[in-house]
Amino acid sequence: MASMSSSNLELDLDRPNIEDYLTADSIQEPRGKLRLHDFLDISPTLTEAGGAIVDDSFTRCFKSNPPEPWNWNVYLFPLWCLGVVVRYGILFPVRVLILTLGWIIFLSCYIPVHLLLKGHDKLRKKLERGLVELICSFFVASWTGVVKYHGPRPCTRPKQVFVANHTSMIDFIILEQMTAFAVIMQKHPGWVGLLQSTILESVGCIWFNRSEAKDREIVTRKLREHVEGPDNNPLLIFPEGTCVNNHYTVMFKKGAFELGSTVCPIAIKYNKIFVDAFWNSKKQSFTTHLLQLMTSWAVVCDVWYLEPQNMKPGETPIQFAERVREIISARAGIKMVPWDGYLKYSRPSPKHREHKQQAFAESVLRRLKDK
Amino acid sequence: MGNTSSILTQYDIEEVQEHCNNTFSQQEIVSLYQRFCQLDRNSGGFISADEFLSVPEFAVNPLAQRLFRMIDGLNFKEFVAFLSAFSSRATLQHKVEYIFKVYDSDGNGKVAFSDLLDVLRDLTGQFISEQQREPVLTQVLEEAGYKKDSILVLSDFMKILGSNGLKMEVEVPVD
Repeated sequence: MASMSSSNLELDLDRPNIEDYLTADSIQEPRGKLRLHDFLDISPTLTEAGGAIVDDSFTRCFKSNPPEPWNWNVYLFPLWCLGVVVRYGILFPVRVLILTLGWIIFLSCYIPVHLLLKGHDKLRKKLERGLVELICSFFVASWTGVVKYHGPRPCTRPKQVFVANHTSMIDFIILEQMTAFAVIMQKHPGWVGLLQSTILESVGCIWFNRSEAKDREIVTRKLREHVEGPDNNPLLIFPEGTCVNNHYTVMFKKGAFELGSTVCPIAIKYNKIFVDAFWNSKKQSFTTHLLQLMTSWAVVCDVWYLEPQNMKPGETPIQFAERVREIISARAGIKMVPWDGYLKYSRPSPKHREHKQQAFAESVLRRLKDK
Repeated sequence: MGNTSSILTQYDIEEVQEHCNNTFSQQEIVSLYQRFCQLDRNSGGFISADEFLSVPEFAVNPLAQRLFRMIDGLNFKEFVAFLSAFSSRATLQHKVEYIFKVYDSDGNGKVAFSDLLDVLRDLTGQFISEQQREPVLTQVLEEAGYKKDSILVLSDFMKILGSNGLKMEVEVPVD
């Protein structure tokens, strides 16, 4: 130490002595002078890339784990065969019957009500709400749905929205049988689209198109209008924007949280022992998904209506969204991941990569100054 | 998820293990196979660039493009060999060779100043200007005893990187 201080006195006190640094070269210096080693050692970035290839939290959200086969020995296999026979031969036809009956009753009541009561809006709306709840109950019965509702039932008040985690379109049906919500949905093709444009219109639905960027402003406006109308049905939003496999939640979109209304969270958790209710829209059409449900033993799930939340002073909509997501994930016992659900359909924006580049560049520039 | 025809037999696992010089245990190879099948959505037997890019954690990595050339169109055996540098059982030599291959884009065993500049560009993006990158790189090269027009080979990389040990490990999740 003594030699260093004497050599320092001889030189400019602002500039460190280069010779001192060179002798300390053999010792590992995490900061300080830049060396060739620091540029060649790309192992941290490579480790991140390798880690992402081996396992990543985003893909895990959409993985549908096939149930463990249990029918592999002499006495279990016939039992399983018997089960298949019962499910496909007895349960399925009965369920189809129930569903058909339900549709007949529904349509025979709905069409007259819709056409004849055109003038008496309040009565018509009340009856249509009741009928939609009825057909949803028939749907749930057709899968032998065992739904346990916890918490106070939602009430119709202005300036409130309901948000829930999303696993499949049946989430909507399960919630709808209890309360006639208005919902915001992606417009689907086929018979689902037909249902959307006719029956769901009556409970008041808002349509959006994921692929249209401009759509967002229009949708935000429609949401606001709906929430402010006192006669409108309570609005149900699935802020994840896509179906996730009920083990994780992806980031909530802030649209529902910047309307200036109370947010009432709803948590839904399916019991996988009976059936995996995750609808992987890339792998199955909704019809196939429904048929799968109708040939399983039951759909068992828990629905928790949680305490309404308001945006705290000084909280941004994104922070509010994340706070509500935490409440829902904690109640349903599922994990949170920091990804946007829409990454299923598009690539991440270059911003994330630039963030990493910026961090590295700044550390290099900082160490340049250290010389 | 539904291609149950491609189940690994014990022979397959041992063949893959040999190919990657026993850097992965048999259980890890089975896990990697599940991962491979999960990424290979169209069941083509290899993972295309598009399928890799659908993993957001990978797509945001600054070196993703460079790694593409190395991983595009790999079958499962080659996929495991590619990842073997990340195993805790991989030797230092193996890891340094791997880093060398990332730099040596044309695979001729030589890394020139332009290759070093390219990787630095990938890592820093627009946050360091072109005019700043060259002199910084030239300077550290000269301080390490090389010249701007020096060609680096594997033994140079071993000398520079090998002295302090490399931390480049990824754990394969085993169910």
